[in-house]
Amino acid sequence: MIDSVSNAEQQPDTQQPFAELGLKPDEYDRIKEILGRRPTSSELAMYSVMWSEHCSYKSSKVHLRQFGEKAPKTDALLVGIGENAGVVDIGQGWAVTFKVESHNHPSYVEPYQGAATGVGGIVRDIISMGARPLAVMDPLRFGAADAPDTRRVLPGVVAGVGGYGNCLGLPNIGGELVFDDSYLGNPLVNALCVGSMRHEDIHLASAKGIGNLVVLYGARTGGDGIGGVSVLASETFDADGPAKRPSVQVGDPFMEKLLIEATLEVLHAGLVEGIQDLGGAGISCATSELASNGEGGMRVWLDRVPLRDASLSPEEILMSESQERMCAIVTPEHIDAFMEICKKWDVEAIVIGEVTNTGRLVVDWHGEQIVNVPPRTVAHEGPVYERPYHRPEWQDALQANAPTAQVIARPDSGDALKQTLLDLIGSPNLASKSWVTSQYDRYVLGNTILAQPEDTGMIRIDEESGLGVAIATDCNARFAKLDPYNGAKLALAESYRNVSVSGAIPLAVTNCLNFGSPEDPEVMWQFAEATRGLADGCLELGVPVTGGNVSFYNQTADTAIHPTPVVGVLGVIDDVERRTPMTWNTDSDGELIYVLGDTSDEFGGSEWAHIHGHLGGLPPRVDLQREKLLSEILVAASRDGMITAAHDVSDGGIAIAIAEMAMRANIGARFWVQDDIEPFVFLFAESTARAVVVIPRSEELRFTEMCAARGLPAYRVGVVDSGLGADAGHHGEQVIVMGELFTFTIDQLRQVHEATLPGIFNS
Amino acid sequence: MSARIGVVTFPGSLDDRDAARAISIAGGEAVSLWHGDADLKNVDAVVLPGGFSYGDYLRCGAIAKFAPVMSLIIEKAHQGLPVLGICNGFQILCESHLLPGALTRNDHQHFICRDQKLRIENTDSYWTRDYSMGQEIVIPLKNGEGGYVADEKTLDELFAEGRVIATYQDGNPNGSYRDIAGITNSRGNVVGLMPHPEHAVEALTGPSLDGLGFFTSAISSLVNA
Repeated sequence: MIDSVSNAEQQPDTQQPFAELGLKPDEYDRIKEILGRRPTSSELAMYSVMWSEHCSYKSSKVHLRQFGEKAPKTDALLVGIGENAGVVDIGQGWAVTFKVESHNHPSYVEPYQGAATGVGGIVRDIISMGARPLAVMDPLRFGAADAPDTRRVLPGVVAGVGGYGNCLGLPNIGGELVFDDSYLGNPLVNALCVGSMRHEDIHLASAKGIGNLVVLYGARTGGDGIGGVSVLASETFDADGPAKRPSVQVGDPFMEKLLIEATLEVLHAGLVEGIQDLGGAGISCATSELASNGEGGMRVWLDRVPLRDASLSPEEILMSESQERMCAIVTPEHIDAFMEICKKWDVEAIVIGEVTNTGRLVVDWHGEQIVNVPPRTVAHEGPVYERPYHRPEWQDALQANAPTAQVIARPDSGDALKQTLLDLIGSPNLASKSWVTSQYDRYVLGNTILAQPEDTGMIRIDEESGLGVAIATDCNARFAKLDPYNGAKLALAESYRNVSVSGAIPLAVTNCLNFGSPEDPEVMWQFAEATRGLADGCLELGVPVTGGNVSFYNQTADTAIHPTPVVGVLGVIDDVERRTPMTWNTDSDGELIYVLGDTSDEFGGSEWAHIHGHLGGLPPRVDLQREKLLSEILVAASRDGMITAAHDVSDGGIAIAIAEMAMRANIGARFWVQDDIEPFVFLFAESTARAVVVIPRSEELRFTEMCAARGLPAYRVGVVDSGLGADAGHHGEQVIVMGELFTFTIDQLRQVHEATLPGIFNS
Repeated sequence: MSARIGVVTFPGSLDDRDAARAISIAGGEAVSLWHGDADLKNVDAVVLPGGFSYGDYLRCGAIAKFAPVMSLIIEKAHQGLPVLGICNGFQILCESHLLPGALTRNDHQHFICRDQKLRIENTDSYWTRDYSMGQEIVIPLKNGEGGYVADEKTLDELFAEGRVIATYQDGNPNGSYRDIAGITNSRGNVVGLMPHPEHAVEALTGPSLDGLGFFTSAISSLVNA
């Protein structure tokens, strides 16, 4: 029997499964207070899912406010935090929207579909702003590479990201692949999408205009992606009704591709007043948010929703997270044209409701009213918690346990240093990622200027002017574990630097904050510290946060993942012709190799410590003013044609940076250790605010004078030389020579670098 | 005059804009054709672009051959209309029986995207005349179902008649029989190619400019015809 509003009024004492749906007793009481009666089962379903941590940000909200409060002054932000995705002005009338989201838990349960629908969801966020999606990136984190569960999860996740993105026709231009025991049982699957639009095409999620129509279009609604609502379903249906619903959504990228084309066509035709994608919490979320942002009221006839499974209950329809659906607000005079475009793309569309000014979201089911609520209380006025937090007792001991020479023996002979380099370059975190990235299409759309293994992905936006954007995502979670405040700043610094080495100017930030349980005060402290660090860092660098996502409960029993605040930075480049690639080229013989920035004995949380199974000490010192200076120098050098290449120095230090450059170029070079630095520290320390640059001899003076005038240290450490093979005993081969310390061929290096992931995942 | 080359957009076509851009860069005029319209808009040649037409449901290219625009293209191709099918377009041409054989799932079961070296084996077809025999080129390859298969007799015939237009070099990326990357019909007007020449037409975005020749070949043939 349907639990209607009148039913709820007449039977106030019906026991309701609010606890099973994840609501606390006081939250349930608040719902009753708002409504002046008990909720119907449909209303209970809506509130429970909209007030969940995932949808309401109830534990994180008080901390996330800092991103707005501490936001640097900027004219670049056209749409800020709170909409589906932030929108940034990149000039020439173009705007860009970008966002990263997590799909961690579904990807652990069902790796292929979990990852695929993660891509699908973030792409719909971008199109619902009115933008054409241009590219995706995927920061991925797993347990140890050779752990059996990683071998179960990773291939499916990669195939899902590829399967969905490739079929959508979006190039995958980068991301991250990190292995750490901390993620065993809690892999992180984050997905980023970037899109562009003309300024006038920006659309928002609001239901404006009384009498306007609410159109649901895209895939039919099915029983997938229903979590807690099956609790209600089992109560409202008898035993032979629909029982267990799969709680992981199933994706159909072909439908999403049609949805993109149809959506962009109706938007450009000016047929849409407001638009919202259906993701988490499905129709509940879309209708309540649209109504709450607009006139304040909406009337919905839920029985009109096209179904894949006719036995679905209204509660299930309200909560279903079936993929590839959108909701648009359309005026009555435009509805025929809207429907015509949907028909052209074979996209099913139906009017399910209308905008009202009643201040109520009213939902009918076959003539009976099953929902009658103030939409703001569902969408925007959920509970807010000031969760208790405190610094863990073990934090001091962790920070005291630095990886000094006494704790881990340091290599000092040439042979031992060479072996260390080979160990690092073949370790899963630094090994070639091509086993993964060769499963992604990086060419489609024909505007990919840079893609991994470059430091940043770069996409051309305007084929006439060459205007483009660069995006990088980064996070060293070991740094964040050692010091969450500075760890978040370090993630920002690295991402900012990766964008800058390409010659792009960093402009805006998105983030995906992956943490353990907010109910654990120690995890909450990590979260509070990381958000504070990120907000302070963004203010100092002058780049605003435009939006993001929080993923809590990434933990198994009492063991949480390392705090992992993934930071994405977007930069703009006025002409992609002047982009700086990561390495030298066939015309570079004789060009000079410089290290910019200072190198100190900093190994806490480093890759070198990691391959020795050590995590302790303090992360490298953060100096955001220095990062800013480095960025300005790199952009100026790109503008004035002073450098051939630039590469970020981070994981594994200078040794790994130059090895990556040499392998990418397949051309040798001769290096020497910077004066007054111990070779081991020079090669492997992870001090920040550094880059390796390649400078034509004719530009050396101009470049070094610029650095000197601006106060950026620059050290000459090498020269590109394709003819070292013969003297080094490797006739006809490309060779890297590191002073008197060691020599290896690039082939040797590449074999080690490329063997690791295929060795694990092809067996 | 400039050659008018149609690019068909099916639901699920992905590289249609890229194909149009390549035609323009090569000096032709790209004309959009819609799968549902039985209208070729007087084009002089047609490109069937890459992608996942109709979601690749049933079999890659199997549904596309029934599209209204395809019935016209099949008819005109038999009369000599130059047609280039790239990737999914190659699959459609095989499903339409304009070319023999079929394309199957990569032998290693993964989608693969990489810069692929090819050797040009035929310089007589409409789409390969601007290359030299034995020329080695590098263009992107990206497919999940790119393994070319045919019976032994057909494979023998393709080689004997010089109808293999390009072969994979330095490693077969998908298990294609006899390293076949692309073939043509006996008349040389219909060409199917698994790798993507349209992604190798600009120094900024491609691994080379080696893909341009496919488009300039057809354009110069048409202009000089």
